[in-house]
Amino acid sequence: MAFVWFHKLGSPRHFYALSRRLTPWLGAITAVLLLGGLYWGLVVAPPDYQQGESYRIIFVHVPSAWMSMFTWMFMAVSGLMVLVWRMKVAASLMRAAAPLGASVTFLALVTGSLWGKPMWGTFWVWDARLTSELVLLFLYLGFIALQSAIEERDAAGRAGAVLALVGVVNIPIIHYSVEWWNTLHQGPTVTKFDAPSISLDMLLPLLVMAVGFMTWFATAVLKRARCDILEAESSSHWVRELATPGKR
Amino acid sequence: MWRAFATILARDLRLAMRQRGELAQPLVFFAAVATLFPLALGPERELLQRIAPGIAWVAALLAVLLPMERIFRPDFDDGTLEQMLLSPHPAELLALAKVIAHWLVTCVPVIVLAPLIALVLQLPVAALPTLLASLALGTPVLALVGAIGVALTVGLRSGGPLLALLLLPLYIPVLIFAAGAVDRAAADMTAAGPLYVLAAMLVLALTLAPPAIAASLRISLS
Repeated sequence: MAFVWFHKLGSPRHFYALSRRLTPWLGAITAVLLLGGLYWGLVVAPPDYQQGESYRIIFVHVPSAWMSMFTWMFMAVSGLMVLVWRMKVAASLMRAAAPLGASVTFLALVTGSLWGKPMWGTFWVWDARLTSELVLLFLYLGFIALQSAIEERDAAGRAGAVLALVGVVNIPIIHYSVEWWNTLHQGPTVTKFDAPSISLDMLLPLLVMAVGFMTWFATAVLKRARCDILEAESSSHWVRELATPGKR
Repeated sequence: MWRAFATILARDLRLAMRQRGELAQPLVFFAAVATLFPLALGPERELLQRIAPGIAWVAALLAVLLPMERIFRPDFDDGTLEQMLLSPHPAELLALAKVIAHWLVTCVPVIVLAPLIALVLQLPVAALPTLLASLALGTPVLALVGAIGVALTVGLRSGGPLLALLLLPLYIPVLIFAAGAVDRAAADMTAAGPLYVLAAMLVLALTLAPPAIAASLRISLS
């Protein structure tokens, strides 16, 4: 009984309808949060006493870095659902999330190196976090390449699920090994900016941006999964009905 | 159950022994890649000494990656793999047997050749035991993780470049700790720490990789 909603969610048709109802609202919330957060962060928040104005890039950089890791977790959880329950919707969500994850990872890298130019004097430093983010980008690109290489949809979903789970085991290992490597090779020459207690004036817009990125992800992943479902179910009855003009 | 394991192991080793020409390819590749670095960077002894651990390991990693596809590809092509999965024996165990056979055939020769390459690259003799230990612990991890990638891509036409794209990010931890261990040994420091980490990775890979390989094979053959 309690799992009826879960089974409903697993049906592509119900998921499609639900996603269609949710995305306009989520999109509107995203727009409000991102625009408000950006204004708050870029204009209202006070400049940093050490870094001046250039710290403001964290309002984009930090949420995108968080999202880059969250997205892989999301893919791994969806992957587990694909392997355990053979849920087609989960496979669509996982496939839909991968390019989004790759793009936020790329965004985190670009904003990180833009921030590095005034702070470290160079666009790229083999800093532990930057490097593991770069490796994460490679993992995303590998996942996308694997998805596009396998023609059969079901097999692609399950192969992607295995890869997502392998990645989940490996990402912490990669992260810590890169950190270890970094302390071994570089020493404390890089002036790491540690702000243990960030001022509330800066933290609040950052959190608004983080929530905005989350809702953006939810909107985009639902929309993309919807396209994927339409493609997957293109021969089914309800999709044909949907595609027939005049009906619905 | 263990008889099936031993049978597959023996079969794969026998097959490899009958195609000895193929066994030499990774070795020649290993030596050739290692030769590229002095040619590109200059033959100064000091420079080479400093980067030798890294070069030796990068070359070894590429030499292990190169023949990786052969772990399942020939059996996939002639249908043997499907028969193995259909057999009543656990696929995890059979996959492990194939990985071990593959490691014996392709990685052990690389380990044997490695001291020679390292000496040519001016690595101090004192660092050789650590190099051998890091290779002995690291290459099985590469083979186990690599087998997951091969199992996922074995049915695909565009296997090669895709496999490298999938595997190289996953190989980074092994490379870091292995090259780090040799680096420390070359600088007369104790290399026990990174070697222990490599050993831990090997245990983890031995436990988690076989189920992942088996699941991937089932997906690729379904």
